[in-house]
Amino acid sequence: MRFPPWLLSDRAGLVLLAVLAILGIGVPVLNLLVPPDHPLHLTAYTVTLLGKYLCYALLAVSIDLVWGYMGILSLGHAAFFALGGYCFGMYLMRQIGTRGVYGDPVLPDFMVFLNWSKLPWYWHGFDNFGFAALMVLVVPGLLAFVFGWFAFRSRVSGVYLSIITQALTYALMLAFFRNEMGFGGNNGLTDFKDVLGFPLHADGTRIVLFVLSALALAGGYLLCRWLVSTRMGRVLVAIRDSEDRARFLGYRVERVKALVFTLSAMLAAVAGALYVPQVGIINPGEFAPLNSIEAVIWVAVGGRGTLVGAVIGAVLVNYAKTWLTGALPEVWLFALGGLFVAVTVLLPYGLIGLLRRREKAA
Amino acid sequence: MSELISELDAVGLHTPVEPVDATHGILLYLEEVSVSFDGFKAIDKLSLYIGDGELRCIIGPNGAGKTTMMDIITGKTKPDSGRVFFGQTIDLLKLDEPAIARIGIGRKFQKPTVIEPLTVLENLELAMSGAKRLRGLLSTRLSGEERDRIGAVLERVGLSEHGGRRAGILAHGQKQWLEIGMLLMQEPRLLLVDEPVAGMTPAEMERTAELLRSLAGAHSVVVVEHDMGFVRSIADQVTVLHQGRVLAEGRLDELQVDPTVIEVYLGAGDAYH
Repeated sequence: MRFPPWLLSDRAGLVLLAVLAILGIGVPVLNLLVPPDHPLHLTAYTVTLLGKYLCYALLAVSIDLVWGYMGILSLGHAAFFALGGYCFGMYLMRQIGTRGVYGDPVLPDFMVFLNWSKLPWYWHGFDNFGFAALMVLVVPGLLAFVFGWFAFRSRVSGVYLSIITQALTYALMLAFFRNEMGFGGNNGLTDFKDVLGFPLHADGTRIVLFVLSALALAGGYLLCRWLVSTRMGRVLVAIRDSEDRARFLGYRVERVKALVFTLSAMLAAVAGALYVPQVGIINPGEFAPLNSIEAVIWVAVGGRGTLVGAVIGAVLVNYAKTWLTGALPEVWLFALGGLFVAVTVLLPYGLIGLLRRREKAA
Repeated sequence: MSELISELDAVGLHTPVEPVDATHGILLYLEEVSVSFDGFKAIDKLSLYIGDGELRCIIGPNGAGKTTMMDIITGKTKPDSGRVFFGQTIDLLKLDEPAIARIGIGRKFQKPTVIEPLTVLENLELAMSGAKRLRGLLSTRLSGEERDRIGAVLERVGLSEHGGRRAGILAHGQKQWLEIGMLLMQEPRLLLVDEPVAGMTPAEMERTAELLRSLAGAHSVVVVEHDMGFVRSIADQVTVLHQGRVLAEGRLDELQVDPTVIEVYLGAGDAYH
């Protein structure tokens, strides 16, 4: 097998892919083959937690593509993550069938509870895995394209764009909280039983979902790395550093932005779709503006404009969050804020920047 | 496959280039152009003609409308009235900035604007005409012909030895040349150059003058400049702008003795004291 030069020269990326390959093989072995009483055994809880981190890492990569390379600070990317999650959650809801509390073969429990007599039109088709998987890409992609088209054409940029992305995710959160929307309101979608006939709580299913998350992260990383190594990647940097220069060189800046923003939203959506079956629930809280801001902090901590940094940041910050919210729950938000300030002031290029500096000094 | 390409082009990353018709010897026409911002007339019934292959300098005090004029030609600002034509047939007022760039009008900004994290080569590649289709954008390598074109431009702007360096670490003058090189990669008919020698050493100024002179003929070049010594060293024709209109036009030595020009430049009082 021959590696293309753009991949071969990406040392950090190769390390990342190697780590993902080790995880993709090692985690299933430690979970399925090592007996539960052995100290090296990985519990189902740990497998799910690691799977969650990988989904967050893919979300971070999608943010880094638009922020690190194109200079668009999206503070609403968790909205695309959540929409992808909802689309896949709808499929999982339809799979419950008669096993729900009310035993209705078609209507999910919350609709029966609301005395709805038939399935809303937009729920049709979601019993089909292929259709749902397609919608995971189409719905967030379409929203991102329409949003990007109007925002970038009106030349909204910088902090104003960041604010309207916050508004977008906030508006979606309020909408999804409403029962009338037909997405389970406050409670969201939950109580999932199985996916493609495989029970979600079985170890084997969890492992497959974990491996799929690792593959999705590897695939998403490779796609972004390839894109930024093409001429298009140079155009993105030109747009980030001097939008006018790019425009006067003849590039249709707003269209490039809309396309890449859409691609990024679709990656975030895939992450959300893989996240939901692993955590077993999706609710409007996922649209909370804070979630998007947190994801941006992961990227900043790891080092923006590096892609690998986004992965490192997402995993480390979430590991810290898991640990801190367990040990000292009230401290977490202060720690997160402090971390962001510290990184902005002390490490403008994040942890990756720190590593590179070390390397140069050595 | 070709169908797919044209469909991708329809995404609009690429606009077909219309050939410019300069058969009457005039490449750029500005006629009775006016624009005002909040009641201030930045450009006031300005008429200006740039000949095919001509090197023209535009001078004028601050606020005379030089940059606004460039903004109008390149589509950044739409005038309130007037006509702007590129050759006989192309109405520039109907086009936006990228379209105007693609029909062959290159613009150099006052502040050198190169993409600093990219290498000199990558900057030139970025500017290359014909690379802006989606297909071209998604490739990772250069063809032999493209390499030759980039090499030729590197040579021309005197940066052959710096191809692999990051643009951000170039000296100020070299950045200016790189930006001119980027314009050349666009294969423009008309180059608009805003204050190319601001902040340059005399040696750099001389090289810049040489470069711009060598471009005239194959290209029309419009240079906005404050430095009179530099203007004298390059221009055949000089246009003086004042309060958004053309005050005088001619050779620099004629203009320097023109009382109206002296008045605008030095102020009526100072000129006769």
